[in-house]
Amino acid sequence: MKNIKVLGSGCAKCKKTVALIKKVASDKAIEINLEKVEDPSQIMAYKVMSTPAVVVDGNIVHKGGIPNRQQIEQWLV
Amino acid sequence: MFQVFYDFASWLIYDLLGFTAQTKLGDALHFFVEDVSKIFALLLVMIYFIALLRASLNVERVRDFLASKHKGVGYVMGSSFGAITPFCSCSSIPVFLGFTSAGIPVGITMAFLITSPLINEVAVLLLMSLLGWKFTILYVVIGMSVGILGGVFLDAIKAERWLQSFAADALKQGRNDKTSKSETASVSGVGMLLSERHQFAKQEMLEIFGRVWKWVILGVGLGAVLHGFVPEGWIQEHLGDGQWWSVPVAVLLGVPLYSNATGVIPVMESLIANGLPIGTTLAFCMSTVAASFPEFILLKQVMQWRLLAILFAMLLVAFTLVGWVFNALSPFL
Repeated sequence: MKNIKVLGSGCAKCKKTVALIKKVASDKAIEINLEKVEDPSQIMAYKVMSTPAVVVDGNIVHKGGIPNRQQIEQWLV
Repeated sequence: MFQVFYDFASWLIYDLLGFTAQTKLGDALHFFVEDVSKIFALLLVMIYFIALLRASLNVERVRDFLASKHKGVGYVMGSSFGAITPFCSCSSIPVFLGFTSAGIPVGITMAFLITSPLINEVAVLLLMSLLGWKFTILYVVIGMSVGILGGVFLDAIKAERWLQSFAADALKQGRNDKTSKSETASVSGVGMLLSERHQFAKQEMLEIFGRVWKWVILGVGLGAVLHGFVPEGWIQEHLGDGQWWSVPVAVLLGVPLYSNATGVIPVMESLIANGLPIGTTLAFCMSTVAASFPEFILLKQVMQWRLLAILFAMLLVAFTLVGWVFNALSPFL
């Protein structure tokens, strides 16, 4: 099971990103471990400056905006 | 060039809907339609072309650049990049921490963050088309000066003392890293293809427009009300002499109001057209844009109350000074 983290301090785009990942995962019936990281010191540890950012199994795969559906599908497989 | 918007508004309001130019309502509606259609058209075109140009600029590159600069130049560069680098205000905390952990002094980071909401390319072009280039230059110079001097002041009082402890640690760590080695896995500056730039510009256009259109409606709506319903000469008569108290009052009034630069510019236009002195207008608008509570509450995550209070007071004082100075200078402008 993939561990996916969405980094972002509670802005609207971060919430949309989380919701979208959830939706894609449930559409595809893939189980994931989704976590939203809001603590600034943790976000800093990933050296990310544009949020929302997405971390899959410890690797930053996306930052600075809401990802699109195709991108999310690639991360899940 | 802008005649087409005037004609469009005349057609819609007078011909199609049957209002007359002599009524207050008709006049206000005409103003509203003309300004909204003009600003929307300008925004869409301008955002696209500017985004096309600065597609390869991002906060990571700005950070790497600032980290390698001498302090004196740093404030000016920090403020300049604040003006041209796009970033959403919801990213100000990660940006603050990213800069800080690269060892960039707090003052330079704050020069970036203070200037950023005040000046952006869209605001500058709107100002040019609505209020003329003289006013635009003035606005940009003041906005950058507030950022630069604010940054110098924060470093002079050693503001880093009042960071939250993890941020202070990150700053120390960043300074050590900087002196020992200059690694920074810098983002490769590979050139972007035109198609990539187009994609970026299109996204930016839709995204920024989606964010600001309501502010434009609100701003122009307020302007239309001022234009149509505040009796001609009322503002001129009561506030036109730039009474000294009107400036701090304008700054305080701007604090609970929150808008971005794009929305506030149409309001500026109407205030000035109605005879509000230039300094008072600037003070009000800058305070609306840059000194807002929601933004400050966010900064609490990285700063202690004391520093927040200092920062807030500093901005209020700065905007009041700006107002006074420009009211005093306005006969010569």
